[in-house]
Amino acid sequence: MSLFANISMEFLVASGIGWVTACGVYLMLRGRSFPVVLGLTLLGYAVNIFIFVMGRLWSAAPPILGQGDVQADPLPQALVLTAIVIGFATTGFVIELALRSRAESGTDHVDGREPGA
Amino acid sequence: MNMSFADVMMQLFRQHLAVLPVLLPSFTAMLMLLIGDRDSLPRLRRIALVSVALGLMFALKLAMEADDGVLRVYRVGDWPAPFGIVLVIDRLSALMLVLTQAVALPVLFYASGGWDSHGRHFHALFQFQLMGLNGAFVTGDLFNLFVFFEVLLIASYVLLLHGQGRERFRVGVQYVAINLAASALFLIGVALIYATVGTLNMADLAQRVPLVSGDDAVVLKAAALILLVVFGVKAAILPLHLWLPSTYAAASAPVAALFAIMTKVGVYSILRVHGVIFGADAGASALTVEPWLLPLALGTSVLAVFGMLAAHTLPRMVAYMTVASVGTILAALGLFSEAAWSAALYYMAHSTLIIAALFLLVELVSAQRGDAADRLEAGPAVAQPALLGLLMLLGAASAAGLPPLPGFIGKLMVLQASSGHEAQTWVWTVVLLVGFLTLIGLARAGSVLFWSVRPGVDDSGTSAGASPRLVLATVSLIGAGVLMSVLAGPLKRYTDAAAVQLVDRRAYQEAVLGAAGAQTTQPYVFPRPASEGAH
Repeated sequence: MSLFANISMEFLVASGIGWVTACGVYLMLRGRSFPVVLGLTLLGYAVNIFIFVMGRLWSAAPPILGQGDVQADPLPQALVLTAIVIGFATTGFVIELALRSRAESGTDHVDGREPGA
Repeated sequence: MNMSFADVMMQLFRQHLAVLPVLLPSFTAMLMLLIGDRDSLPRLRRIALVSVALGLMFALKLAMEADDGVLRVYRVGDWPAPFGIVLVIDRLSALMLVLTQAVALPVLFYASGGWDSHGRHFHALFQFQLMGLNGAFVTGDLFNLFVFFEVLLIASYVLLLHGQGRERFRVGVQYVAINLAASALFLIGVALIYATVGTLNMADLAQRVPLVSGDDAVVLKAAALILLVVFGVKAAILPLHLWLPSTYAAASAPVAALFAIMTKVGVYSILRVHGVIFGADAGASALTVEPWLLPLALGTSVLAVFGMLAAHTLPRMVAYMTVASVGTILAALGLFSEAAWSAALYYMAHSTLIIAALFLLVELVSAQRGDAADRLEAGPAVAQPALLGLLMLLGAASAAGLPPLPGFIGKLMVLQASSGHEAQTWVWTVVLLVGFLTLIGLARAGSVLFWSVRPGVDDSGTSAGASPRLVLATVSLIGAGVLMSVLAGPLKRYTDAAAVQLVDRRAYQEAVLGAAGAQTTQPYVFPRPASEGAH
């Protein structure tokens, strides 16, 4: 308990975003379309949280003026909603595209053919 | 009740003209989706052509109005900036709108000659693509720019697959993946800028970025360079251009021709963000990208022209020419002077028209070469050698920059603007070498296409000739390109004024934010302009 008592919320969130981004980039660089799609999705999650925390981390602060002493910044929260919607739509599309590409070329490799074939 | 209905409509039109280039394609596309495209292709074609022609007229009207030097600011929902999103029409935005519509109209006319029946919803997607392009060119807000980027990209993902086939799906997966990764980087860059400056309105940014110093300026510079990567992917700069040739070569001809304008969205964004917001007056983060832009741009041109010489198929050759032209435009942007920016704008307008025309032209030629199709090898004689050969000659000479065609004027303007710059030798060497190699590549292609006729080939399979509609569309694009050299005087005055207007940050801020500047309250401290009181 004492080991984690001094770790700040900022450190936890920042390293969490970094870890998810690293996993996303690793998966994105794989040769098969399914890991690539997963990687793009993970990267999208990391970016969404990144936008959210760019308004700084607040505790018990409403994003409305006049509701207390401190206010959270509402703008990143609005931006991240837009980013989530767009990310959701493009993920749906890229999954469908990867499936069609698999059906057309007979392989799920992103080059459209098996390596060495 | 004194005002007649016509007066009211006229007043509404004037009031909302700035947003019409976005709304018109958007409503047209929705109408098309309601009509459906099962049995109503002729009707859709008429609606699409009328809509794009109207869009061209609106764009021309906006350009004529913008030429008086007054910035037109449209507050969406009448929210004052920087709280609401603003659309700003200056000379540059109006020029880009005209260019988009001028490319779209002939391309749509060409596509209506048969390509639009090779898949579903072509016309609706075409309109959504135009909506994204126009929106990106008029918006005055960085996050809104991201949204319009996504609109045009999502439309382009599907347009690229138009006509389907194995090769299109293969490059489609790669194109979508690289653009999704770029979109993620775009969001990271935008979020970093917001975290350090506290605004995403372009006028407000131009006001606040110079006030950032110390550690925050380092973060801001990182954000600027991340955005350079994002726009570099769209524009296809040197290490980020690899996706473009195979993608454009795989797309159907009218789609590739329309995509000629897509790389220019990247160029436009670099000019707006890195040229103006992170420009010469940006304090600690001034000219962040200057050490990178010029060398990368020159490298792009050289590498692309070698790719063009090595290409085995015609669409691939034209795709590499797209990259080479982007290199020349960005080299001019990288000189960071008003004269060079003016040259870049003129050359950009011309090269977009010519490259769109060449994408259409190579398909016309390929269609008449039987089984040789678009491969650069001896094949059956084309049915219309004089017409297609002449068009190829005009397009090639214009792209390579031979006088008196506008490519020559554009390149001359770039060379002139670079004189006195420390990299002058490099710019001159690269621009002239690239022009020369482009000429060699196109001359070789032309002689293979029109003179190396393979003997003993049965000609019965080749088509009798291109339909007048397809030829007219191609001729009008090349004609628009050539017209630019006739109108070089007025156009250069316009681009000169556009470049001067870009540098005038104060006028832009006053038009968008008012003379008093932005009065904003924020929960944590950002650097504030001096004119603003404490909150």
